[in-house]
Formats: sequence, C-alpha cells, structure tokens
Amino acid sequence: MTPILETRRLSHIYSAGTPFQHTALDEVDFTAHEGEYLGLIGRTGSGKSTLIQHLNGLLKPTSGQVLFQGEDIWSSPKKTRATRFQVGLVFQYPEYQLFEETVYKDISFGPKNMGLDAKEVDRRVRSAACFVGLRDDQLQASPFELSGGQKRRVAIAGVIAMEPRVLILDEPTAGLDPVGVESILGNIRDYHKAHNATIILVSHSMEEVARTVDRLVVVSNGRIPLEGTPREVFRHGDELEEMGLGVPQITRVFHRLRSMGVDIDPSVYTIAQARQAILDRLGKGAK
Amino acid sequence: MALKDITLGQYFPGHSLVHRLDPRTKLIALIAYIVALFLAASFVSYALMVLVLALSVTVSRVPLKAIVRGLKPILFIAIFTAVLNMLYTPGTHVLVSFWIFTITTEGLLRAFFMVVRIMMLVTGTFLLTYTTSPILLTDGLESLLSPLKALKVPVHELAMMMSIALRMIPTLIEETDKIMAAQKARGADFESGGLIQRAKALVPILVPLFISAFRRADELAVAMECRCYHGGEGRTRLRQLKYEGRDYAVLALFVLVTVAAGVLGHFGL
Repeated sequence: MTPILETRRLSHIYSAGTPFQHTALDEVDFTAHEGEYLGLIGRTGSGKSTLIQHLNGLLKPTSGQVLFQGEDIWSSPKKTRATRFQVGLVFQYPEYQLFEETVYKDISFGPKNMGLDAKEVDRRVRSAACFVGLRDDQLQASPFELSGGQKRRVAIAGVIAMEPRVLILDEPTAGLDPVGVESILGNIRDYHKAHNATIILVSHSMEEVARTVDRLVVVSNGRIPLEGTPREVFRHGDELEEMGLGVPQITRVFHRLRSMGVDIDPSVYTIAQARQAILDRLGKGAK
Repeated sequence: MALKDITLGQYFPGHSLVHRLDPRTKLIALIAYIVALFLAASFVSYALMVLVLALSVTVSRVPLKAIVRGLKPILFIAIFTAVLNMLYTPGTHVLVSFWIFTITTEGLLRAFFMVVRIMMLVTGTFLLTYTTSPILLTDGLESLLSPLKALKVPVHELAMMMSIALRMIPTLIEETDKIMAAQKARGADFESGGLIQRAKALVPILVPLFISAFRRADELAVAMECRCYHGGEGRTRLRQLKYEGRDYAVLALFVLVTVAAGVLGHFGL
C-alpha cells in the first residue's frame, strides 16, 4: 500500500508564548494509505481535530511536516490550496456552514472555487447529490427549508463534489437518528468504493468505527499511542479505558470473561466474531 | 492568527483589593476619576492623578504588560490629537513658525497634557474591565441606574441585554473561526483579490454566522422562558451587592481626589 497522506514529527502549540499556551500535538507520525478506510478515535481535547485540520493545510504546523503524495503541502501557497481540494474535510455539524440560496449553488461552491468549467461543475454537483441521496427536485430548494439530516447531506455533498482523493469526516453522524446514521455511513462507503478514495472517519463512538473501518488510529494527549486493525486495538481494552475511550459492549463482555479466568480471545467486536470465539472455545472444551 | 487571540479589555480573574471592591464603587470611582482628569489643569494636579492611577494599578496586581497592550490601539488617536493641539493652540511664546502653522509653548504643553489625559482615561477604564467580571459589571450598572426606573427606563432589560451581548462575544468569535475554516476547506479564498472580491468572499461567512446568531438567540429566549424569566419584577439575586468598609474608604478617597483636582485646577496648578 502506498501512503497518500503523512505527517512527520508534527507538533502544534496553540497560543505559543502566552499564559494560555497549550500543546495539542506532540511529534505525531501519522500515515493514511491510498484507498484505505481509516478510523481516528480519541476523546474530546485529545488533539484529533487539530490533527485533521493539519491534513488539509487549515492549520500550519508549529514544527514538523505534512506530506500529500510525498510532497510537503506547505512548500508553496499554491500547493497548500491545491491540497485543500485533494483532501476534503467535512467538519462537525457541517450543516451550519450552508449559505447559498439553493442546494445546487451551495454544493457547487467548492467545484467553482477549483476553477472548473460550468459543465464539469454541473456533473460533479449532480454526482455528489446522488452519492448522498438527494433528489433532483431538492437541488433547487433553499437549504434552509430542509430537515437537519438533509442539510447535513447537502454539506457533505459540498465536499464530495470536489472529488477529493482523501475524504475526512469529523463525527459525520453526530446527532442523527439510527436510520440517518446508517444511511450516511452507507453514502460514505459508496464514495469510498466508487473513487477508491481514502476515507478518514473521526469518531468517539467505538461501535460505529469498529464496524466500518479497516484500520484504527487512537489519538490521546496529542500522541498516537495505538494503531492497527480494530481487533489489534481492542485487544488493549484496559489502555483504551484509561484514555477515556470505551470499547464496544461485546468486547467489554469478553474482556470481563477473560479476567474471570475464561480462556477466550478478548479482541472480538462484532456479534459474529463473538459467536465464532464462543464456538471455538466450546469446541476446545469438548476435546 | 486566530480571532480568539483578541483579549483586549478581557477580565483578569484575581483576588486583589480592587477585584473585591463592589462594582458600583468601581464605577463611581471611575466617573470621579474621569471628572478629576478633566478638571486637572497643570503639572501639580496631573501628578496627583498619576499618583492615584499608579496606586490603583499596583494594588490591582494587573500585569503592566496587559495595560501597555491595551494602550497600543489608541496610540494613533493620541498622536493625532497631540499634533492637532500642537498646531492649533494659540499662544504668545512662538517657538517655530512655518507656512500657516505656528507652534507655541502653550500648544506643546497642551498637546502633552492631552496625550497624558487620553492615556490615563483608557488605562483607568481598562483597569475597571480587567478587574471586574462582565456579570458583576452589568449588575453594578443596573443597580446604579435603577433610579431611572421611575422615568420608565427599562433598566433591568438593558442590563440583561448587555450581559447577554458580552456573554456571546467569545461564542461568536469561536463560531466565526469554525465557519471560516469550513469554507476554506471548500477552497474559499479570503486573502487575495481586490476590495470588492474580498467583500464578496465574506458572504459565505456572514450568512451562516447570522443564521447561527439568530438560532442561538431564539434558543436562549426559549430556555429563559422555560425557567419562567419574565423581566426584573420581583427578581432576587444570587450575589447581593453590598457596600463594605473598603468601599466607603475608596469612595471617600476618590471624592477627595476629585475635589483636590478641582481646587488645584481652579488655581491653574
């Protein structure tokens, strides 16, 4: 796998030189690979928001480097701006950034800023709207007439319309009902598959992240203490709890079983894996 | 640099004597101080005022750095006023004369005092906001203005509006930062282009900002009504304002200073 986005010894200090000085990131080495579906987890204030804002050049590193396709994104102002189109960032509660008169115009804001011609802008707007499940007749509506969930779709479409190679989403499902959560996660997966794009999903909901991602990166106190497949990460259940992060309920049950002296694999995080682990265990017991 | 780094006039929490004074005392003392500044006429009376200010700053333990930083933005106004005063004050002791301008000793002195007066005005006001939390400040204002209720002035409502406005400033600044970042992520460019282009670039920030301000106002109004807020009538307070011995002492001191400045000024000292 080729790395697409990397940070090298990235540090960020807020309000340096004042009494309010605060180190948000401390020499972080982070890598996202081409076509990967990555989960970024950490509690509030862990530095994950600061990290993602570095990945598309919204924040400038205090020290260290951010590389996109091997090149430093701060090498020239042109490069920085180009990176923002290649690395799409959807903020938390993105529906509060809508401003245009119609849904169509709002989605086209990004592609227009890229300097694309009208035909290409139109194609991208329609394709992005399709990804998030907006109907054609909704494109001419005012974004402020839509429901909260639909507004969020419009905002996500506004970033998808730039057709970024890397799509970063900060808590894209916060405050949605279970049906809305499933459908937005499905839209993101569709985009991931259709463009072979790299997805970075930021969340503090372990259950949600565990179900969807290939690899997990844990951010805590401005560092990355754990990373790997969900199974590898969830094996460290106690450490995760210490960092203020829960593990999926089923994983907790298995950790508990293990501490009670049952010889069972504690890294499961889905019901299917749990079933398999129990069957394995019973099979062993029968022998 | 983020907008949130603006800290002008921001409250510095502390426990000094100045912090603990009743906000009404500080407000009255500030008014007395300003009156005294305008009564002061020359070196002796100004020296008295400088002494009072220096004493207040020392007792308050507000870092000198913060005060200097507060003075920076008004430097331009102070210099501008000084130059005008220097050039347009008529006098008898002409120092330099060129074209239509004459600079006199009187003009120079007056310019000097004007700058000192402006600086001291601003420092005194900052001392109030540095040492008084916005909530106490509005409580104090409300209490001081309450006699106006007899004239049907909605004093409580005005004070409540003021506290809400002050409370919302940091929230709106944070919101602006967030919206700016989000629009930048979609390629918005606020740094290049001509004046008109830059003004246009603000639309994607201002529209969401206004919408969220209205939404917040609406939510706050509902939340207040849910807790049966219906204005000042019969409302009690968590913190009752009460004058203590130190308040009377400070008030007496400032009245004395004002009278002294008036008397000294009257004799042109």
